[in-house]
Amino acid sequence: MQATIEVNGLRKRFGPTLALDGMSFTVRPGQVTGFVGPNGAGKSTTMRVILGLDAADEGHALVGGQPYVSLRRPLTHVGALLDAGALQPGRTARDHLLWLAHSQGLDGRRVDEVLQQVGLRSVARRRAGGFSLGMRQRLGVAAALLGDPPVLMLDEPVNGLDPEGIVWMRGLLRSLAADGRAVLVSSHLMRELEDTADHLVVVGKGRVIADADVTDLIAAASKGRVVVRTAARSAAMEALERVGAAMAVTGLDAIVVSGLPSERVVAVLNADGVPFSEVAKDRVTLEQAYMDLTADAVEYRGATR
Amino acid sequence: MSGGFGRLLRAELTKFRTVRGWVVTMIAAALVTVLLGLLSASGNHASCGFGPVETACPSPPVGPDGEAVDDKFYFVHRSLSGDGGITARLTSMTGQIRKPDVVPGQRNVVAGVVPWAKAGVMIKESTEQGSSYAAVMMTGEHGVRMQHDFTHDVAGRPGGVSKQAPRWLRLVRSGDTLTGYESDDGTTWTRIGTATLAGLPKTVRIGLFATSPGDLTVTQGDLGGSVSAARFTEATGEFDQVGLQGDTSGAWRDDDIGVTLAPDGSEHHPGRARRSSVTDVFSVTGVGDIAPTIEGSRPELPLSGALTGLVLVIVVAVVFVTAEYRHGLIRTTLLAGPRRGRTLAAKALALGLVTFAATLPAVAVTFTVGGRILRGNGNAVLPVSLFTQVRVVAGMAALFALAAVLALALGALLRRGVAAVITAVVVIVVPHVLATTSVLPDGAARWLLRVTPAAGFATQQSIPEYPHVLGHYAPIAGFYPLPPWAGLAVLAGYTALFLGLAIVRLRGRDA
Repeated sequence: MQATIEVNGLRKRFGPTLALDGMSFTVRPGQVTGFVGPNGAGKSTTMRVILGLDAADEGHALVGGQPYVSLRRPLTHVGALLDAGALQPGRTARDHLLWLAHSQGLDGRRVDEVLQQVGLRSVARRRAGGFSLGMRQRLGVAAALLGDPPVLMLDEPVNGLDPEGIVWMRGLLRSLAADGRAVLVSSHLMRELEDTADHLVVVGKGRVIADADVTDLIAAASKGRVVVRTAARSAAMEALERVGAAMAVTGLDAIVVSGLPSERVVAVLNADGVPFSEVAKDRVTLEQAYMDLTADAVEYRGATR
Repeated sequence: MSGGFGRLLRAELTKFRTVRGWVVTMIAAALVTVLLGLLSASGNHASCGFGPVETACPSPPVGPDGEAVDDKFYFVHRSLSGDGGITARLTSMTGQIRKPDVVPGQRNVVAGVVPWAKAGVMIKESTEQGSSYAAVMMTGEHGVRMQHDFTHDVAGRPGGVSKQAPRWLRLVRSGDTLTGYESDDGTTWTRIGTATLAGLPKTVRIGLFATSPGDLTVTQGDLGGSVSAARFTEATGEFDQVGLQGDTSGAWRDDDIGVTLAPDGSEHHPGRARRSSVTDVFSVTGVGDIAPTIEGSRPELPLSGALTGLVLVIVVAVVFVTAEYRHGLIRTTLLAGPRRGRTLAAKALALGLVTFAATLPAVAVTFTVGGRILRGNGNAVLPVSLFTQVRVVAGMAALFALAAVLALALGALLRRGVAAVITAVVVIVVPHVLATTSVLPDGAARWLLRVTPAAGFATQQSIPEYPHVLGHYAPIAGFYPLPPWAGLAVLAGYTALFLGLAIVRLRGRDA
């Protein structure tokens, strides 16, 4: 089976709300794809449609070229973490994984392996009802890894993890992608994905806003902006204004210039004899790029709906 | 069973056994069934008095097929060796019936015959109660019949008997085969039926008999339910033209088969016979019945605790599915088994198997040990065949399993534990309680046990209803309106229907 997820033209309406409005994207193997967007953008609904839990009104979603419902031993094709709290409180962690393993024709040995992998070996025989949110997340990840699937889908996996857990999770996601698996990770916080994702699918209001590699996305957001640091700020602004550049003051000694490449900025300043300490391309953060992209797509801002 | 379904089934079995509360409740259901059953058996004592002396109650005689029987009648008979037969003309059938006293303490006896009063000709293995026989007889209201070995009854022509319209009766033996005939004129004979009495000895008894079962009255109880009573009756048959064929050596003998003795040594309600040697007219008067008896302790009595056990089973069954909704686990279940119909079917089968396995030994122990306790307490427990015992035990375990799956289906439909438990108890347990306690009239009780899932309880009825025995065949007396398998089929139908609806609902909605 190919390690891919294909989502094509999904539309879904919940009463008056259009939850998915032509959602389309592809998740490729060997990389971590971040699935980001504000709350209510349709991330969870899309994941549930991919997993056959919700039915779309239009469009289709395929895992490795097949609808999820038609997969035999589905957990060996796709591992998913949707809701880490979905546990029978009276059942032990090991038993929770054991029934899942039995449903896929796997045995207790595989259960012990994944418990080891997520660091829950020592609490394997404790009731899951007493687990912290972080432990439940790890147990949920163990369930997703149980069938050693080529495709993984994790909904907000960092939620509730302590800093050490976050580092562990990032390392795990990187290594899963390095194995050649397709890894789709959703989050409503871009900074959670900053050092993890290779590729981003940014969604808002039920559709894809951006679908690009992280490096391209940052480059696109930074395009054409130059930072100038100078002690003679007004002189520099006068000189640049004469050649038609747009400017914004970002500090006592800093301005951001748009519409001129950095070589032209240096030439103009030198011609007028304006001193400067730095002329550089502006590097925006992923967070800023994301905020720009989703500015229109935020469903709920402040108190107004 | 495909591999996919087998895996899902195994997963559901693992789910069940890994929640301690469910396992404990299921075991508790089994234990409650046993303990309440044995307790009710221990509380059932019977003793019989013979005057001032307390005696053990006599066990009823047992017929050739193993069932308890009434075998009490007046027999005027001779010996028959080898093949032969008897022919007699019945010219009248009369009797008397004791009705409920109008003036307290004053016997209110009227003339008449009860519907199953019997007078006719008989060939019987011996005069011992319960021995094999075949007979051709006139009855009070059911015309001419041929009956043999208590449970077998074949109708001849209907109608009554009088001096103007006498009825000729004939019974012929040829080896093990006995053939009954009847005629209006003694010339043209109609065959009624044949009976094969396996192992009938060479020498048997042949003659005339009369008997009359107690008059059954059923009165409606003040608070619903019903009360039945049987009062003394007797029947007299007048025979003439009595002819014997074959080697019928010896003299006529009169025997009041099965007559009971009063404490003073006299016979209680004796029969009698008169014979005129001049005209060869016989008059035979008898009290009793020749039929399977339904009076006595039914062996399924100790299974009364099953109702409480069933409530516990229902609780586990409902929670087995509603807990998945409550904790959001249903989505995990559907990720593991995205073909939803199969997944729910696997869950239902797992629960059914667990319930059957837990309750089968409980019902078996209750039935056998409870029966032993009942007998030890002096109760005359009606004997039933091994097949019937197995059917009662396996059928009750099947009832538990089907009820569990029905409760699970209701849980999957309603998705609320409390609502589903209440619904399941209302449709499965409550109708049975209403129908078998003195709450409803018999008609309403029968109706409930026909159309509700409680019909399944029919599987525990060990003593059948006999069309040729008048009895108080009401749920309150342990008689269900449907045969055992039909009752279970009604329950199974409801279970299949609601499981189907639950699957449709599970398929049709986002999880």
